[in-house]
Amino acid sequence: MSTPVDTKPSGRRRADAGVGLSERRKAERRLGWMLAGPAFVVMLMVTLYPILQAVWDSLFNFRLTAPGDKSFIGLQNYGVILTDPVFLRDLGVTSLITVITVVVELILGFALALVMHKALKSVRGFVRTAILVPYGIITVVSAFAWFYAFDINSGFINHWFDWLPGISEDTNWFAGTWTSLFVIMASEIWKTTPFISLLLLAGLAQVPDELTEAAEVDGATWWQRMQRVILPNMKAAIMVAVLFRALDAFRIFDNVYIMTNGAYGTEVLSLLAYRTSIGRLEIGLGSAISVLLFLCVLIICFVAIKLFKVDLAGNQGGK
Amino acid sequence: MKKTTTKTRLIWAGITVVVAVYALFPVFSILATSFKEPSDLSNGKLLPTNWSGVNYEQILVGDAQGLFLTSLRNSIGITLISTAIAVVLATLCAYAIARLDFPGKKLVLTTALAVSIFPVISIVTPLFNVWRTIGLYDTWLGLIIPYLSLTLPISIWTLAAFFRQIPWELEQAAQVDGATAWQAFRKAIVPLAAPGVFTTAIIAFFIAWNDFVYGISLTSTEAARPVPAALAFFTGASQFESPTGAISAAAIIVTIPVVLLVLGFQRQIVSGLTQGAVKG
Repeated sequence: MSTPVDTKPSGRRRADAGVGLSERRKAERRLGWMLAGPAFVVMLMVTLYPILQAVWDSLFNFRLTAPGDKSFIGLQNYGVILTDPVFLRDLGVTSLITVITVVVELILGFALALVMHKALKSVRGFVRTAILVPYGIITVVSAFAWFYAFDINSGFINHWFDWLPGISEDTNWFAGTWTSLFVIMASEIWKTTPFISLLLLAGLAQVPDELTEAAEVDGATWWQRMQRVILPNMKAAIMVAVLFRALDAFRIFDNVYIMTNGAYGTEVLSLLAYRTSIGRLEIGLGSAISVLLFLCVLIICFVAIKLFKVDLAGNQGGK
Repeated sequence: MKKTTTKTRLIWAGITVVVAVYALFPVFSILATSFKEPSDLSNGKLLPTNWSGVNYEQILVGDAQGLFLTSLRNSIGITLISTAIAVVLATLCAYAIARLDFPGKKLVLTTALAVSIFPVISIVTPLFNVWRTIGLYDTWLGLIIPYLSLTLPISIWTLAAFFRQIPWELEQAAQVDGATAWQAFRKAIVPLAAPGVFTTAIIAFFIAWNDFVYGISLTSTEAARPVPAALAFFTGASQFESPTGAISAAAIIVTIPVVLLVLGFQRQIVSGLTQGAVKG
């Protein structure tokens, strides 16, 4: 983790030393915005503008099937959604998926990070290559792979594990909420753990070797070193990894769409928004769900930054 | 340095096998499915009874060809174009961030961060409506633009991290020799920065290649529908046949570029992701 302290950009030092200081500074500023400006404007255009449009649309009773009936209804759409048991159930399912996948991925990802960090030279390249495969694979492909493996018709899992209580040839994983969620989360975890493990690997690499070696010389066990030296030193990396994954998991869509399409109480918020606006063409209601989903993400972010002091901006601007 | 004993070697061999199975088994499982004949799909086993190429035939030269090959062309075209645009814009932006002193630098970085955590689905509804009005719905451009929201932020981070490690004395030397800031950037820095730019392009490519939400929401025909979205629309050879085999074969084909990139550039991708994530 880089230090959160802002080191002075070297550009300033250069400008201070030169003659005609303000001209130089001005030119540098201009060049800075000329170079950074286009990317900045594009980012605003593709996110800020649509979300403002969504906020605006959410205040209307607006269906594409009857565009003439568009009328301003204030916050009524939000009232409808927030009192709708479907929305609350989807919020619950989404939160549940987020919490479980992040916890499992944190543990699994840390184990993988340790493996990548400590692996012998001879296998390090292979291990890293293998771990990057799930990272690069398309989520939809992952969803199909897991779906077909568990599916009652084309799957082999039922045959492999029929010795376990509760699993037989007729186990239909995708006909129940919990079994469906299990496979959905398995696919999600498989696909995204490499990302979290790479973030943790970066954190691990920044724990000074002298510290762990000193602790080892002092007779600390592996667990003590982990608990007292390594984990505290990479707290910032862990926090950033958890926050990123949590925000990503909260947007889960692909796995659910492919495997159950929201059937049997597995619908998540993104899918609800999709079905409302793209499926049923209820732009007003769909926009309101989109805005609420966005607010949820903001709240998660805010809580993480305030409560756990995740210093995202510090890492961003630092160094 | 401790010596590597036979015991540690064995332990590492074991760990390596476990990691490999974890990482590769689902891929192998869908690979095996893609070689099953339709009648063999429900054999209840991992491996096909006879390895058969009939599914690949169906999507490459058979009836599902139109559906798959056009979507593959869409995916490749849209992904490459949006990756290229993102990398060019991000290179300029990251250079300014790593190198120049200008007000609003933090604002640009915070915006990149905010965009990257933005729920895609929140953007889709308004875009769906606007694209229909202005005629971008179901076109390449209609996907390239929103893909920038996925590829641009991570490109900016990764590149800013790379650029901070470049020996900038070279640029100063060029400027002392009378080059302008722009010339110094182009002649001295671009060659040094090229590996970082290339790595960023790979990471951006993965992200755009992976997209499903935009692909399924902003297209309606084969004119622009990318592969992940097309997979969801596959149907069997006849209405009584499930599309399982065809989907699996298509899934394997779109996984090939990913595997090739990972095999070829494992080291760069790992360093790009870890640096971009932590320092960026």
